[in-house]
Amino acid sequence: MVEHWVQLAYLVAATLFILSLRWMNEVRTARLGNWAGSIGMAIAVVATLGKPEIHSFLWIGVALVIGVAIGTPMALLMPMTAVPQRTALSHAFGALAAGLVGTAEYYLRGRTLGAGATAILCAEVLLGFLTFTGSLLAFGKLHEILPTRPILYPGRNFVSLAVLALAILSAFWLASAPTPHGILFGFFIVLSLLFGVLLVLPIGGADMPTVISILNAYAGLSASFMGFLLNNKLLILAGALDGSSGLILSIQMCKAMNRSFTNVLFGAVGHAVETAAPHRDGRSIQGYTPQEASTVFEGARAVVVVPGYGMAAAQAQHVVKELTDRLSSRGVDVKFGIHPVAGRMPGHMNVLLAEADVSYDRLVEMEQINPLFPETDVVIIVGANDITNPAARTRPDSPLYGMPILEVDKAKTILFIKRSMATGFAGVDNDLFYLSKTMMVFGDAKKVLNELIAAL
Amino acid sequence: MEQQIDWITNLYVFVLASFVGLELIHNVSRLLHTPLMSLTNAISSIALVGSLLLAGSGGSLLAVLLGTAAVIASSINAVGGFLITDRILRMFRKKNDR
Repeated sequence: MVEHWVQLAYLVAATLFILSLRWMNEVRTARLGNWAGSIGMAIAVVATLGKPEIHSFLWIGVALVIGVAIGTPMALLMPMTAVPQRTALSHAFGALAAGLVGTAEYYLRGRTLGAGATAILCAEVLLGFLTFTGSLLAFGKLHEILPTRPILYPGRNFVSLAVLALAILSAFWLASAPTPHGILFGFFIVLSLLFGVLLVLPIGGADMPTVISILNAYAGLSASFMGFLLNNKLLILAGALDGSSGLILSIQMCKAMNRSFTNVLFGAVGHAVETAAPHRDGRSIQGYTPQEASTVFEGARAVVVVPGYGMAAAQAQHVVKELTDRLSSRGVDVKFGIHPVAGRMPGHMNVLLAEADVSYDRLVEMEQINPLFPETDVVIIVGANDITNPAARTRPDSPLYGMPILEVDKAKTILFIKRSMATGFAGVDNDLFYLSKTMMVFGDAKKVLNELIAAL
Repeated sequence: MEQQIDWITNLYVFVLASFVGLELIHNVSRLLHTPLMSLTNAISSIALVGSLLLAGSGGSLLAVLLGTAAVIASSINAVGGFLITDRILRMFRKKNDR
């Protein structure tokens, strides 16, 4: 009897999860969506605690208190610029839970599991643990505890694939063995953990949006497979929703970087393109002071700001907002051109600018802003590089060739704020630097913008 | 106790839910991709259900140990995920300042 009520509660929770994604479609209802999701989760927890299978509440209580005590400050105190690494860390925790549950299931009732059940358990454990270590590594790179550069070693693709093959082979063995094999399962766990590390090691900062999305999908799939094992429809559904979300986001990120999705699935993202020799051709770069640069706003009527990771790194979003306010008060039309992979996770720039209180109807997506560039008087590029490089359109030999970019070169004047003359992530020189309509201003984004504001 | 997996029903749910997910996510504006990811991340902490069942099974030490660790991990994920999503969404404002 109780079981019926539990199942009914699960159905309500599942409905709330679907509604929460539905409401996430637009800003107006998005907060409601998040509430629906959290209420769904609360219902799922309470219903589970009401199940007759739960005999002891002591450790559950202790664990929940610890979890809430850690999770709450993590969410409320972390600065907005740290959202990508917090998300990676959160993926790691969720996936760890799935991996641990699968491990315990195997050792406790492995002998009652058939071949199919063992296979799905192995899939759960593999995805759970590889997402755990992969996300931890991504966290380390995003938080800059670890080097953000891709870490490369010869034969890395072979090593990664060999580890994965070995893990899959062990899973087959475990599934076909008539009795549980504790040592082999332990070995399988080690391989899964190792594969997660190998997957993220060769990935550099600019590829993080894709990787975070994939890890998001893996964590969901792991939970979904746990649901298969427990015959729990709510787990299957919620995990599948998460899996499809991660899948769509990673496909979109791949498209925005002109990379093939299969490449990414096998961890071949972030082939560090060995620095192509700069096409200098004896051209020189003209550096300007912020005071000189401020003159471009004389008579400007339409301005587009193009932010990139550099804005996040310099925490310059508030100064950017101040500058655009100043321009707006002069009657200038200011918009923001947002490239889908600008920053370290999907939507990263939007969040930072929203934090700085920029009205979201000014944040314009690439496809909508590109036709507007020919009528734009000044483009201000803050900490972005590759996503504006016209080589993506004009140089078939460039590693960036084919990547959709913000066509800032069509604007009348380009104000390029850059920390140093270093190339972008792809190690490619940017033709924009040498255009006569480009004004390069070197320095920390925040400092340069402040001086610009002062000069206005 | 023999564990039987109800493959067909489970696959039904999995396939249908994936299609619902693909359909719904496809419509989410790029503006909201970060909160979307942190929301789906919070939803994936549904692994909490399995963790609770393990931690409360009253079985062996292994079950309690791994179960408790799993509950801690997934509840961090759940609480943190929903709270930060709300924090992010609160910042999205449209101003009619002109």
